[in-house]
Amino acid sequence: MTFDPSYKEQALKSVGTRVLRPDGVDKVTGRARYGADFNMPGQLVARVLRSPHAHARIIRLDTSQAEALKGVKAVVTAADLPDLTDGDTALFAILDNSMARSKAKYDGHAVAAVAAINASVARAAMKLIEVEYEVLPHVVDVDAAVAPDAPLLDDTIFTTGVDPAPTKPSNVANRSEFGHGDVDAGFAKSDVIIERTYKTEQTHQGYIEPHACVANCNADGTADLWVCTQGHFVYRQVCADLLGLDVSKLRVTSSEIGGGFGGKTHVWAEPVALALSRKAGRPVKLVMTREEVFRASGPTSATSIDVKLGATMDGTITSALATLRYTSGPYADAWAETGAMTSFACYDLENVKAIGYEVVVNRPKVAAYRAPSAPMAAFAVESAIDELADAIDMNSVELRIKNAAQEGTRSSYGPVYGPIGIGPTLDAAKAHPHMSAPLGKNQGRGMACGFWFNFGGQTCSDLNIGADGTVTIAVGTVDVGGSRASLSLIAAEELGIPYEHVKAIVADTSSLGYNDMTDGSRGTFSSSMATISAARNAIKTLRERAAMMWEIPVEDVNWEEGFAKAAGPKHGNRAPLSIKDIAAEAGNTGGPIAGHSELVADGAGVSFGTHICDVEVDPETGSTRVIRYTVIQDAGKAVHPAYVEGQYQGGAVQGIGWALNEEYVYGEDGRLQNPGFLDYRIPVCSDLPMIDTQILEIPNPNHPYGVRGVGETSIVPPLAAVANAVSDAMNVRMTHIPVSPPRILAALNAQAKE
Amino acid sequence: MRYENPTTIENAVDLLARSDGPAYVLAGGTDLLVRMKGDDFDAELVVDIKSIAGMDQIVETAEGFTIGAAVPCAALGEHGALVAAWPGVVEAANLIGSTQVQSRCTISGNLCNASPAADSVPAMVAANARARIVGPGGARMIDVADVPTAPGKTSLARDEIIEAISLPKPDARSGDAYLRFTPRTEMDIAVVGAAVNLTLDDEGIVQTARVVLGAVAPSVVVVDAAAAALVGNKLNDATLKAVEAACTAASNPIDDKRGTVEFRNQVAGVLGRRAAEIAYGRAGGTQ
Amino acid sequence: MTSISVSTTINGDDVEFLCNVDETLLDVLRNRLGLMGAKEGCGTGDCGACSTIMDGRVVCSCLVLGAETQGREVETIEGMSDGRELHPLQVKFIEHAALQCGICTPGFLMAAKALLAAHPDPSEEEIRFWLAGNLCRCTGYDKIVRAVQDAAAEMRGANA
Repeated sequence: MTFDPSYKEQALKSVGTRVLRPDGVDKVTGRARYGADFNMPGQLVARVLRSPHAHARIIRLDTSQAEALKGVKAVVTAADLPDLTDGDTALFAILDNSMARSKAKYDGHAVAAVAAINASVARAAMKLIEVEYEVLPHVVDVDAAVAPDAPLLDDTIFTTGVDPAPTKPSNVANRSEFGHGDVDAGFAKSDVIIERTYKTEQTHQGYIEPHACVANCNADGTADLWVCTQGHFVYRQVCADLLGLDVSKLRVTSSEIGGGFGGKTHVWAEPVALALSRKAGRPVKLVMTREEVFRASGPTSATSIDVKLGATMDGTITSALATLRYTSGPYADAWAETGAMTSFACYDLENVKAIGYEVVVNRPKVAAYRAPSAPMAAFAVESAIDELADAIDMNSVELRIKNAAQEGTRSSYGPVYGPIGIGPTLDAAKAHPHMSAPLGKNQGRGMACGFWFNFGGQTCSDLNIGADGTVTIAVGTVDVGGSRASLSLIAAEELGIPYEHVKAIVADTSSLGYNDMTDGSRGTFSSSMATISAARNAIKTLRERAAMMWEIPVEDVNWEEGFAKAAGPKHGNRAPLSIKDIAAEAGNTGGPIAGHSELVADGAGVSFGTHICDVEVDPETGSTRVIRYTVIQDAGKAVHPAYVEGQYQGGAVQGIGWALNEEYVYGEDGRLQNPGFLDYRIPVCSDLPMIDTQILEIPNPNHPYGVRGVGETSIVPPLAAVANAVSDAMNVRMTHIPVSPPRILAALNAQAKE
Repeated sequence: MRYENPTTIENAVDLLARSDGPAYVLAGGTDLLVRMKGDDFDAELVVDIKSIAGMDQIVETAEGFTIGAAVPCAALGEHGALVAAWPGVVEAANLIGSTQVQSRCTISGNLCNASPAADSVPAMVAANARARIVGPGGARMIDVADVPTAPGKTSLARDEIIEAISLPKPDARSGDAYLRFTPRTEMDIAVVGAAVNLTLDDEGIVQTARVVLGAVAPSVVVVDAAAAALVGNKLNDATLKAVEAACTAASNPIDDKRGTVEFRNQVAGVLGRRAAEIAYGRAGGTQ
Repeated sequence: MTSISVSTTINGDDVEFLCNVDETLLDVLRNRLGLMGAKEGCGTGDCGACSTIMDGRVVCSCLVLGAETQGREVETIEGMSDGRELHPLQVKFIEHAALQCGICTPGFLMAAKALLAAHPDPSEEEIRFWLAGNLCRCTGYDKIVRAVQDAAAEMRGANA
């Protein structure tokens, strides 16, 4: 049966209610099992030896003493993970990042690993590994890396996307460009031009659970991996490719995941754990320390962004230009390109251009972080918009409303928008009591908008109906924030049964077809699509079985609110058959009843949000407190409103942390100075007010219930909203994130001198 | 590595004296255990002093308060008489770490860890606190200010232990205060700390004053110029300006991951001034 | 390294275990006693995910040596519910959607339990400062604070 994903307005019974999550009891009793909470018989403990240098050639690596230590069962280096990537540069980057080949490319880059009978022996073994380095010049700053005299990271990188192709290698891996119209002509028409350069520092996703896995390679070529991940099918594919395993013989089970925010979409040390297990012939548990998490996994890009805006005095933005430089760590990637695509996505612009430069530096390989690349671009653009509003003496909400994209607008990155939420979120912000609340001394208010694409992708789910009529659904998208609850609501809605009769689980890679990972805010969007499709397939079977039981044509059986009902007067007053009635007879009517679905979930609706932030700044110390915060975002349809609010609040607070205090601090030696939660300062409970939320529902036309992804957009506006609020409070423009106390005080001092 | 849990301080000292490798005293453990996690940590002996009688007691005497070396900082905040007498010392102690850390950490440990950024040390130095140190030759009293000598270093011999910290009974018209600057509201390390302890006469004129800065030099800085600016004066704008200027002038920090020289110098002045205002108010002075 | 024999009380039961000097209470709970509800988020006392209650005070079990628990009373998340009966804090955390990934939840529940034992009617500010040693990266804390407020009210009988 062809699945029709189009939106139909309907009264909903389950979807939109605030039910209790199915994994709640396990999680409040300590029984939920995360990455590090699994053990196998005979399991070894792994430790990874990491480079203390930001950039160094590995001259000599001697593991013989470590191998000879009693209790050590395996030591691996790059030689144990040979290059099977066959010219796939993205895959090679994962391999080289998991274990350095000829060069260590950042402080924390893995160079060897051991598996031993316990942690003490593993620690002792690490100290016995001899590594001789030739320290090379390094560069960590984005602007320094593009300077002509910068140390070159990789002489095989030639800037792509420029014509003619360069003949000299460069730290700029890629140039990308988006936009339309003629920006020069647009600036010529403008009355006012704002031109600024902004910087943002590198931040970490900061999930509380460190990366952890248990790997088990058997002698028969089969293998198992228990791991905390946002995408176990993707991990299976990558690990099988890197280790030369058959995909079908590697079974990956996703544990409960203790936060990911994009950081657990990438493979890190899992191939190393598998290689250790393969070499030792025993299961191996590898758990990163917090320091390793900071030094060697997942940060986002540091950026440097130039923005130029032109407008006429009536508030029409006549031209918009941005040049965005994003670090990607030591490997080429596409973070600047994504940033360039998102930069002006909120606005309807006649002339717009965004140019992205991907810059390699001696920092950890950049990972996705919640709406990756968008928050930095939004910080630059939304700060410039605020300044433009000041320059033409127009209210900043009005300026944004006047230029907001709407249905039919050609976006700055290409596509023409369908129904979208930027206008409604701005209207709601304008009308919100927060916007007109009085401010006290040293207080300021800022606002900003944000955009995220949202993804769909390959999805697959199974829906099985038990003999008692209760239902299990098996999905392949990892539940990072309550999707088992939302998918159960969706199944209950389609089938017309109570939520309590549905149990959702995340199946392992051997139990279900391929699923893309939980990224791009796709978990609930795509898996709900597959669940609806599976439920509709199951309903078709239920109707057939009812028809058999009644001995009437299936065309005369309707499915209404959990019951098969015989249609038309000719079948008399048959009592409707419940799902339980039909399930009980399944053995006599053709066997178990199930619905399956495999699809590509197209049409993920784009997402917009508008945030309002009040801060109070201590002008003598630069200390900033967020005192009120409001998130307004389009959800399409909020399946479980409490968890939608949770996504809004969580993203906003991550953004507040990024805006105020979080940053990677590197020393002159290129080593990370703050690889811990004490000096990498994510917000604590006492730093924050309650985070108010307002959910708007502008249905996504490409989903039966109108659902859009909701997970990521909320981190996009806060950098600018906070910086705009600080700028408002202190009357000094802040252009460098985080707006930490020393930066604020320095800006105030500079202003006082003028 | 050995773990010992002696019940007398003599026994504890003896264990330290006899150990033939690196030996550590364990009180709250909130610094020591973090160090133990390091791959390069090496120790022959850990001596837990929490089973020694009296170590977990706060004793109020005619002379003042004696705070055993194993008293967790949370207990300081629960001791009404101590809070009333030395609110600045207690608030400094209660700024260390989190609720969880407060349950374990001690002011003696904070002192012996000898971090330039230790919160309780400037407040203790301002309060003229003294440390009772026990070694093989018996006990001696020294000023708290003389315990840390450099970052991570103390004047204690390897077989000496702080048994208790003593705070004097405050004068009737006196007050103390401690303020620190951290980017977060909690769970943070002082970028600048400032403690003030002063006494007033009946007219509200400052008779004695101690102004002490933390986190702006290798060890705490006693700012005599700020104290001199206070003594003989009421707390008016001119006095406060002089305190601020003296604190900024005395600040001698480094640029590091937690703050810049410029920032610390400026904020040292601000916090010194604000702490003086609080202490003055607590002493009964009105501006 | 010689093992140390320790007798202690965990969740009301007498427990004996052997541990090495450098093993923390967290190591002992997770690796020797099978009590894996306490999580290691940092190992240095900065995140609170391993919070347990020892002799009535909430501590980071990563900052307590296993040997130090001799003769003490330790409460872990595994002992929080009374059989099938969840503690009011556990109920309210689920009801208020005060958890997303849930990795910090056991630590928050332990810290909140200690809070309500000391302050049955805490203000929002008291809750926020008491819980500042527990990091949560998912929720932005809003729903956690509300869940604690609601549980406190219920435990005081104020919800009746």
